[in-house]
Amino acid sequence: MPNIIECRNIKKVYRNGDIETVVLKGITFSVEEGEFVAIMGPSGSGKSTMMHILGALDTPTSGEYLLDGKNIAQMSQDELSEIRLDKIGFVFQAFNLLPRATVLRNVALPLIYAGVPKAERERIAEQCLTESAFPKEFWNHYSNQISGGMMQRVAIARSLVNNPAMILADEPTGNLDSVTGEIVLHTFQSLNAEHGKTIVLITHESYVAEHADRIIHILDGQILSDEKNHHKRIAGHETQPIK
Amino acid sequence: MTTRDLWEETYSAVTVNKVRTSLTMLGIVIGIASVIAMVAIGQGSQSSIQSSIQSLGANLLMVTPGAQRAFGSMVRAQPGSAETLTPDDADAIVSGVDNIAAIAREVSGRYQTVYKSNNTNASVVGTEASYATVRNVTMDEGDFITDADVTNSSRNAVIGQTVLASLFATTENASPTPDMAIGNTIRINGNNFKVVGVTATSTVANNDIYVPLSTAQHILVGSDKYLSEVDVEASSQSTMTQVQNDITNLLLTRHKISDSSSADFTVTNQSEIVSAASSVTSTFTTLLAAIASISLLVGGIGIMNMMLTTVTERTREIGLRKALGAKERDITLQFLAESVLMTFVGGIIGVILGWFIAIAISYFESISTSISIPYVLMAFGVSAAIGIIFGYYPARRAAKLNPIEALRYE
Repeated sequence: MPNIIECRNIKKVYRNGDIETVVLKGITFSVEEGEFVAIMGPSGSGKSTMMHILGALDTPTSGEYLLDGKNIAQMSQDELSEIRLDKIGFVFQAFNLLPRATVLRNVALPLIYAGVPKAERERIAEQCLTESAFPKEFWNHYSNQISGGMMQRVAIARSLVNNPAMILADEPTGNLDSVTGEIVLHTFQSLNAEHGKTIVLITHESYVAEHADRIIHILDGQILSDEKNHHKRIAGHETQPIK
Repeated sequence: MTTRDLWEETYSAVTVNKVRTSLTMLGIVIGIASVIAMVAIGQGSQSSIQSSIQSLGANLLMVTPGAQRAFGSMVRAQPGSAETLTPDDADAIVSGVDNIAAIAREVSGRYQTVYKSNNTNASVVGTEASYATVRNVTMDEGDFITDADVTNSSRNAVIGQTVLASLFATTENASPTPDMAIGNTIRINGNNFKVVGVTATSTVANNDIYVPLSTAQHILVGSDKYLSEVDVEASSQSTMTQVQNDITNLLLTRHKISDSSSADFTVTNQSEIVSAASSVTSTFTTLLAAIASISLLVGGIGIMNMMLTTVTERTREIGLRKALGAKERDITLQFLAESVLMTFVGGIIGVILGWFIAIAISYFESISTSISIPYVLMAFGVSAAIGIIFGYYPARRAAKLNPIEALRYE
């Protein structure tokens, strides 16, 4: 399987006047298509910075980052925007939905920037909502009328609409209780197992990380270990939507 | 982003808080409405002044004795003041100047006029039949002075509406009709005159009594050596300047004056009066519009202020959109579209409101107003421009946000 992600000696240095902070000291790893990888580390480990670089929201100070074969390490802001639109599906800790828009419109939002016409957008959005097992009766609810767990599942559906090379999830269960968190993790697992989606999940909780097939430990800006997960947890799921 | 999507996103953003949007638009509405109303008043006064001057007579030139006064002779020369215009001058003008359609000689003065127990101090004009054409005088009832009246020095008089009311009102009837006057004898300066006609209402003729030129010269003024005024109707608008110059040169020669600045007469071109009045009113209009535009400026600042607030409030949303793939241009367009939508709709409402205000003013204050289409289109253009100018800075602020920081914003 081809590599979706190839990081070679990624370094990130922040300069604040005279003070230099080296946040990433040389990160090297690859992710193949169809893998489910968790990047785990405590706060201050550089995992957020890593997430920003992987998500093309930021560029490394040095090193190469090949995303789906393209080196995006030195791209401009507008070029990075296009990469994000094309290749990355984000799932944020705080969900980040538009509060006064319906579920359907939220999911379709990235497609507006891809210039997809309205009817086609809705069709794709509906398809992705189905793939994320989001109940149909809520498709026209406003996003501030549904629960946190449901909002995150809307976010997951949204991350799929542009058919990205990978889904990048940043602490996706951080704002959810354990039960709804399970549902979300189950969704990721089924997207990966049944639909072959590449998923990179950033977290500080080992419980969450253990739902992935491979765990990369990161500490103080460096990779500590990068191993196949031998204690994989399979997420249980409720059949009724949790309110 | 397609245009249709931009419109939908803009519309939903602007309608999220309708109260706030309406209050923000209010500045533009008031600004545009005031500019439209002010311009309407200015343009209305311009055209009403123009038409009232033109109603004095088309293609009119007025030759008066005495040196140049501002605005020419709107006031009649009194007998005894400058006796430099003679009947021979008038004859010379008729034979010596081309493109004259008609000419009317006048002597005038103020005389005590009496009917029964009413009296009034009236302006009496002794003139010819041509006066009615040259000065655009129409009759309410009866006939104007005729050539025969002049030849025969008849004691006929034609009175104006105000004179009618002053002389013929009784305790039972405060608004006499013309038939109550015609056939009756009035005394002008102690002399009997028979009323043969009443003029239709007009700002000039209302206050006048017209008698034959010869009668006025012999009986009222006591001299036929000079004229108070000679009114000339040029054959067309385009010949007015030529007629004016020819009369001026002719009289300078006749009066043996070499330096035109020491002329003892004045030739006033009615269109000069019109353009002088027009330039005053158009300055007036521009001034009014400029003052009204200040409120437009304030409205624009209000737009900018609200857009900046909106951008700050939606920082996370902007960060999200950028993370999902929106480019700087997409964000700039989105916020610019919101401010242009508000100012444009505000402009439309302002134009309608301004139009209503103008109509109300004409109705209640009888000041005429007129709104021309070019100004309306300009108002739309200006309101859209305000949206772009005052929305630009907030839109760029939004577009330049760093998505990482924006997403963290509380």
